[in-house]
Amino acid sequence: MPDAILSALLFQAGYNAALVAIGSALLGIAAGAGGTFLFLRKRALISDAVAHATLPGIGLAFIAMVALGGDGRNLVGLLAGSAVSAAVGLLLVDWIVRHTRLAEDVAIGAILSVFFGLGIVLLTVIQTMSSGRQAGLEGFLLGSTAGMLRQDALVIAVGGALALAVLVLLRRPMTLVAFDPGYAAARGVRVQAVDLAMMGLVLAVTVIGLKVVGLILIVAMLIIPPVTARLWSERTDTVVAVAGVLGGLAGYLGAAISASAPNLPTGPIIVLVSFSLFCFSLLMAPSRGVLAAAVRHRRFQRRVHRRQGLLALARNEPILDPLTLKVLRRDGLIRPDKVATDAGRARAAKALRDERRWEVARRMHQDEGASGRYDGLTSIETVLTPDEIAAIDAEIGAPRLAGQGAN
Amino acid sequence: MSAPKLELAAKDGARAPSPTEIANASLALSEITVSYGEKPAVFSVDAALPRESMVAIIGPNGAGKSTLLKAALGIVPRLSGSVRVFGQEIERARDRVAYVPQRASVDWDFPTRVIDVVLMGLYRELGLLRFVRKAHRERARACLERVGMADFAERQIGQLSGGQQQRVFLARALAQDADLYLLDEPFAGVDAATEKAIIDVLHTLKAARKTVVCVHHDLATVVDYFDHVLLINVRKIAEGPTATTFTSDNLQATYGGRLASTHIDQLKLSS
Repeated sequence: MPDAILSALLFQAGYNAALVAIGSALLGIAAGAGGTFLFLRKRALISDAVAHATLPGIGLAFIAMVALGGDGRNLVGLLAGSAVSAAVGLLLVDWIVRHTRLAEDVAIGAILSVFFGLGIVLLTVIQTMSSGRQAGLEGFLLGSTAGMLRQDALVIAVGGALALAVLVLLRRPMTLVAFDPGYAAARGVRVQAVDLAMMGLVLAVTVIGLKVVGLILIVAMLIIPPVTARLWSERTDTVVAVAGVLGGLAGYLGAAISASAPNLPTGPIIVLVSFSLFCFSLLMAPSRGVLAAAVRHRRFQRRVHRRQGLLALARNEPILDPLTLKVLRRDGLIRPDKVATDAGRARAAKALRDERRWEVARRMHQDEGASGRYDGLTSIETVLTPDEIAAIDAEIGAPRLAGQGAN
Repeated sequence: MSAPKLELAAKDGARAPSPTEIANASLALSEITVSYGEKPAVFSVDAALPRESMVAIIGPNGAGKSTLLKAALGIVPRLSGSVRVFGQEIERARDRVAYVPQRASVDWDFPTRVIDVVLMGLYRELGLLRFVRKAHRERARACLERVGMADFAERQIGQLSGGQQQRVFLARALAQDADLYLLDEPFAGVDAATEKAIIDVLHTLKAARKTVVCVHHDLATVVDYFDHVLLINVRKIAEGPTATTFTSDNLQATYGGRLASTHIDQLKLSS
């Protein structure tokens, strides 16, 4: 099995496997990067409505192509049909939100289920048609890469490249609209048009992804990589890039793994790989990860104990808590006999002054209680601007070092 | 509410500005009406705000102050009315107008840094494809310097206090180097040091012959900060120089008795 995966990774598992791996990787990049703007605009779920709304279009395109005497399985024709019906679904969601009292989540639920239901009815009808038995349209539900052709991979490559080009071109307006739509409108950006372009991007990714992962799971490729990338970065451009890389990696790895054994479905494996990357990131990411949070909590606890100990030293109070004593001794602030060292006395005086400043700061900035940085433990210089501190010091009076710890 | 008084005030306030007044105004509003559903939030408001002045838009909660500003900028659709900026159609004068929204209007957990937000002010200059160069970054940094936030340039915006967030929004507007600054409640919920920092910047703007218009809620500071006022409560109640317009009668008409007379007595009012 490991050998099989390795050979698939190195494009040595056969022509079809290599095509699928390349196609999946390209799709993953476009979906991850494109999905990021949807995620930042807080409209991720609308991609699910778009995906499900493709199904009637696939059915109708098949019927139309057969009726015109052509091959109903022509991929470009089927995708064109799916794009049209997805666009109709998208515009209906938009219309419902704009012109009725229904909220977007309700509109999404309604469009998603009705279009999917209609699509399933059409597929059943096609099953009864003489030319419909081998149509294999069910493959679009969960993706089917077994019979993937060179031209299918080409469709994905061209579609993905176009989607990425649009994304690069519109990255600034899309970022602006996602962050602050009111300001964007005030600058003359047509917010509705940018939103529509964003949706068009998602629609394009969804349509070209139908063959690989299918309409039920494409949502995962649009949402999981951006959420994962957000764990790693605090900058929009980086989040977009990382999401593209993670999406591409998941597509490539997933395709390789599914090629390594018979009957492993490509789409679901890609989604599982993507989810594994998410789990890893959730644990390991710096600053936003779970482990980092645990470490931060432990450091915070020690900071609390250090501050309590220093204030006790400044006020000449006895220290009883064993952890406080341990922290102070490790930092060289007290001697083993619990008497403050020179460094300890200096730090204690500073702590007392900081405490006073925080007291005033909390009074002057009452609305900031929730922001979490007004904990009174963070060094005040890193939280407030110099003029804010000056205002506080003016309130406290001349900087005199009060308390027993002062020298 | 004292209905007769309101009617009188409305008659006086509803006089539409003349073409000359519109051409000379920094921001000229003609018969602006905005409605959410079938309830007008702003009804037929006219105003011709003078150039090179500090203007306060004043009124009670729900009076349509922010809505009026958003309608002027096209952020919310107007049911009727037109907007002119320095005598031009607003669409032609977008670059001359800088807008500072309420800070509560955005998600501060958005993945972006302070400097990136300020760079958004250079949006039109950068266009779709131009790269951000050192000169752009230096300009953004200089704007942060003016609001006392230069040391915070690389911070993620979620780590800022409310007052600091407000300063960043102001810096973004400064980066635009506009002639008309429209601010929505810039002093709401900020600390005293930030309020002073902001008003200092606004006074520098006025000294540089720019026009500043603020939606303002703190009646106690109106006389100190602003030289022109626009009083609205859905309809326009009064507009004019603070010295002659910020009167007890006009405030009573605007707030419809919701303002305790003891409160009014404490204000530094024009007689």
